[in-house]
Amino acid sequence: MNRSTFMYVTYIRTTPETLWSALTDPATMKQYWFGMHQESDWLPGSAWKLVFPDGRIADAGEIVEADRPRRLVIKWRNEFKPEMQAEGYSRCTMELEPSANAVKLTITHVMERSDSKFIDAVSGGWPKIVSNIKSLLESGRIALEEAYPART
Amino acid sequence: MNDPDLLFKALADPSRRKLLDLLYAEDGQTLGDLCRHLIMTRQAVTQHLDVLEAANLVATVRRGREKLHFLNPVPLQEIYERWIRKFEKPRLEALHDLKRLLEGDHDE
Repeated sequence: MNRSTFMYVTYIRTTPETLWSALTDPATMKQYWFGMHQESDWLPGSAWKLVFPDGRIADAGEIVEADRPRRLVIKWRNEFKPEMQAEGYSRCTMELEPSANAVKLTITHVMERSDSKFIDAVSGGWPKIVSNIKSLLESGRIALEEAYPART
Repeated sequence: MNDPDLLFKALADPSRRKLLDLLYAEDGQTLGDLCRHLIMTRQAVTQHLDVLEAANLVATVRRGREKLHFLNPVPLQEIYERWIRKFEKPRLEALHDLKRLLEGDHDE
């Protein structure tokens, strides 16, 4: 296959509206995204960026689709590592579907090239972030404080 | 839903773990792709994939007439957080204590 794709699926006991807010509100995001947050006004065509805790830009791009509280598509490019920036834009789709008393959150991250370094890098982060969102919304606490806990 | 029983049951079978390994090596495979690597009937592979999907370890996407299978690592991350991570600290401390004992405590 001539592309790199990752899919992350989780069921969260919450409502689509609450989950949408958690996915787009910078203050909530900082709690589950290891201090990082995204900035955008979340309208199609608007600029989007992912910001490190110290203010540096990690990734940037544009909102492609925003259908609150169902579907969010972001054109997403790494901005701080030249070899990953050179790969160009990836596409991240977040889909929220009600499922019994929960919401099925599906995150699909695609890069139109094989063996993408960028997709390799995000694939380590997404499961932790998704699992933190789930813990935060269901129990009010996050599961992991740091992306890479110290081994000492 | 995200039932741990479904998850551990899904993992408790070598053919299903093999399917997860195959998807780890190459994500987005069709049933036909996966069958090529396994000495099993197509029907048996379908049944195993259904168990993995019920446990949320495999996610699928339809593309035309094909169904593509993706490894979903989120439940494995939850197992790690629930069952493994909390045991790491004591284990590392125990190793540290052992090292100090064997090497002699030269701190003082």
